[in-house]
Amino acid sequence: MSDTEAGEGGNRKVKRFMIVNRKAPYGTIYALEALEVVLIGAAFDQDVSLVFADDGVYQLKKGQQTKGIGQKNFSPSYRALGDYDIEKLYVERESLQARGLAPADLLVPVRVLGSAELSVLMDEQDVVLSF
Amino acid sequence: MTAAVALKDKEVAVDEEGYLVNLADWNEDVARTMAADDNIALTGNHWEVINFLREYYAEYQVAPAIRVLTKAIGKKLGPEKGNSKYLYELFPYGPAKQACRYAGLPKPTGCI
Repeated sequence: MSDTEAGEGGNRKVKRFMIVNRKAPYGTIYALEALEVVLIGAAFDQDVSLVFADDGVYQLKKGQQTKGIGQKNFSPSYRALGDYDIEKLYVERESLQARGLAPADLLVPVRVLGSAELSVLMDEQDVVLSF
Repeated sequence: MTAAVALKDKEVAVDEEGYLVNLADWNEDVARTMAADDNIALTGNHWEVINFLREYYAEYQVAPAIRVLTKAIGKKLGPEKGNSKYLYELFPYGPAKQACRYAGLPKPTGCI
């Protein structure tokens, strides 16, 4: 499937999807569900980017221990995103700083952007899904 | 209602698509039995892929989609194995889906 293929059967254009993660990784299902959507989107060759803002930045925090809460630690999955050709990971600078975190505390390389820059990027998307 | 795979000495529960319910139930016998039920005798080449998938899952907690599997196998075992023709010959029901099932992993995310 090429980027611009638009057969008689319908419009096959690649859409730009942005998944916005705003919640802490555990306690709700949002983070895990967002990850599923990301992997499915990639399997359909869509242009997928991820934003981590507010408590969502904790999803990328190194050293997650989930034994005590009896949940699967799915954070290693973020390191597989590269295999799915998902390389656009953005973290909101203000959220990171407010939580005393730095890029070195995160599991994967990210681009740190201010909220103003992020809103420009968001405006360029076809679809924005907030989790 | 759950289905099961019958081993020599016990049964292990699988879901309606044949994937293990409890990933911890896996052992090599499970893989051999699932394959035998599909009339496949596992060879060294099958095990190479199954073991690769188990390592991948242990590392990333993700059952890789076919495209990812093909690419990753190519990186690890060479281009003559990292292509869909080779993998489909080994796992005719779809390399990612079928091999993940034998490997005791969940169904790959993004597989339809």
